[in-house]
Amino acid sequence: MTFTAPDIAWGALSPVLIVLAAGVLGVLVEAFVPDRVRRPVQLVLTFGALVGSIIAVAALWSGVRSSGGRDVLEGSLLVDGPTLVLQGALGVLTLLALLVVADRTATGEDAFAPSAASVPGSEYEDLARRKGITQTEVYPLLLLATGGMMILPATGDLLTLFVALEVLSLPLYLLTGMARRRRLLSQEAALKYFLLGAFASALLIFGVALLYGYAGSLRYSDIAAAVATPSALDPLLLVGAVLLLVGLLFKVGAVPFHAWTPDVYQGAPTPITGFMAACTKIAAFGALLRVYYTVFPSLQWDLDVVLWTVAIATMVLGTVVALVQTDVKRLLAYSSIAHAGFVLTGVIALDDAGISAVLFYLLAYGVATIGAFGIVWLVRERSVSAASDDDESDEALRASVLGEATHLSQWAGLGRTSPVLAGAFALFLLSFAGIPLTAGFIGKFAVFSAAVEGGAWPLALVGVLSSAAAAFFYVRIIVLMYFTSPAHESAPDAPGAVEAGAPTAGADVALTTDDGAGAVATLVAAPAPTTTTTVVPSEGLAAVAIGVCALVTVVLGVFPTPVLDLISDVARFLP
Amino acid sequence: MTLTHYLVLSGILFSVGSATVLLRRNAIIAFMGVELMLNATNLALVTFSRMHGELTGQVLAFFVMVVAAAEVVVGLAIIVAIFRTRRSASIDDVNLLKS
Repeated sequence: MTFTAPDIAWGALSPVLIVLAAGVLGVLVEAFVPDRVRRPVQLVLTFGALVGSIIAVAALWSGVRSSGGRDVLEGSLLVDGPTLVLQGALGVLTLLALLVVADRTATGEDAFAPSAASVPGSEYEDLARRKGITQTEVYPLLLLATGGMMILPATGDLLTLFVALEVLSLPLYLLTGMARRRRLLSQEAALKYFLLGAFASALLIFGVALLYGYAGSLRYSDIAAAVATPSALDPLLLVGAVLLLVGLLFKVGAVPFHAWTPDVYQGAPTPITGFMAACTKIAAFGALLRVYYTVFPSLQWDLDVVLWTVAIATMVLGTVVALVQTDVKRLLAYSSIAHAGFVLTGVIALDDAGISAVLFYLLAYGVATIGAFGIVWLVRERSVSAASDDDESDEALRASVLGEATHLSQWAGLGRTSPVLAGAFALFLLSFAGIPLTAGFIGKFAVFSAAVEGGAWPLALVGVLSSAAAAFFYVRIIVLMYFTSPAHESAPDAPGAVEAGAPTAGADVALTTDDGAGAVATLVAAPAPTTTTTVVPSEGLAAVAIGVCALVTVVLGVFPTPVLDLISDVARFLP
Repeated sequence: MTLTHYLVLSGILFSVGSATVLLRRNAIIAFMGVELMLNATNLALVTFSRMHGELTGQVLAFFVMVVAAAEVVVGLAIIVAIFRTRRSASIDDVNLLKS
């Protein structure tokens, strides 16, 4: 018996390989590079890898456009047009998210716990902070997750699909639990995300097993051929297909598999929330598109019932529940659920326009999401008692700037205190709402018109109605930012300082109470009246990311044609 | 003894596992439910592999084992971190995040 080595097209794999190799290198950097230079090294490595990956996608582009793509690794991965579009979008969006992740406030604090494994408020944590021990494993984890995301939409068989899904999920579970402030919330979010995520992937792999039992192969093309010929095993096929879709719908956060979304989005470090909201959705929708368009098109009649129900429930519930939220991060989470519903209408359309519409929508949504969460990260609570407002020295900032001001009432009057930031946030909200001249409008228009062409006009109708309802709560925030005066101006000395644990005595107290259990309860309940809202001065990376996101949102809204053409030019799946 | 019996057993194990995840309150036990679901899947995969007379299913079973091990590493890390903070691994106690 001889062993035949498989023929591997390394070039076509390069976008993924670069990112994963840099992730592995990053783990080594974490272990061997001395503390002082570790962060710069990690940053250069991560930036370099993402830029390299984008360049690799660009280099593959013309070849794929003329040939229509090719299969790699004996058909395990399919490098075709949608794959390249999604990998390019993932590269760009991760780069933007990385800018927010890497940003630090003027006092040198990023969004992540310096020693995430330590018990919040413990002596060890205190010691580690005093000695300045800082871990930077965020960057390799981010790269590994991105690698998984880049593989997911390119998969050509169910084995690769499952492994890619896990490769993207496991780092995200950890990243969720690493927030610097409100660490209990963060750890709790990580636990919820992990348990529900593991449950969903167990459902997915059982679906894979049933499909394997039905078709006798894991390759998409073989399964599609088996699906097209009727047999006595149809229940096996249907249950398997539904379980597989459930696993993917969980990742995009569609109702009724959305329960984790608000909790995880709220608890995770804000830059990671932005990354997760944008990029996980892109990867999972890419896989969903491929599976639905190439494996199950002949099952359309059976699966339509499931997917229509899910899409309508997702749009309606996401919108309705978002109307009553009082926390910015939870509100954006429910809005992301509603957006998952809008994208689903494009997936269900099942025609060629649907593919490019979904790809464009994901790009437009991802850009606005990363920008919006970048802004949420910059808008902070500041304790009034610790320092006067005009004292901008490092020491005063360190003492007084607390966690993110996520309660909606704290955003009142932001348009007056920091007009540029509020303007950018308003722009992202308008894009979410789908107002013309923003990228969101073009995306919504493309998705809904694809749905109408595909014969799913009731879905498009529900989509338009719920976007109209959603516009209400987006506009409400804009009104709050521009036409309401800041809440604290009226009652700066209201009682409540005692309740909040009186964090008045300088840096250590402010940090530990904020990290510890006592403060969590008060921060969750309602914002203590001893805090004002401030925009924290940072190193400027997040500002760059927000600026680029705003620019892209406007450009895609005003001149969408080049990008739409670019996408629809290649938006065909390999059979 | 037909191969279908193994599939029925796999289905039962999978149901027991998912019931455990949904009903039990302890994070470790819930997590063991997930592991049971994965192992039920492995049984189904190996049985199907035997039925079809080819090896893909068995290869996939190995991958599932590897992934399950990786999941244990990440999951136990998170559960232990929470336990050290709160002295409890009950998912009813983790209730700070609510709308």
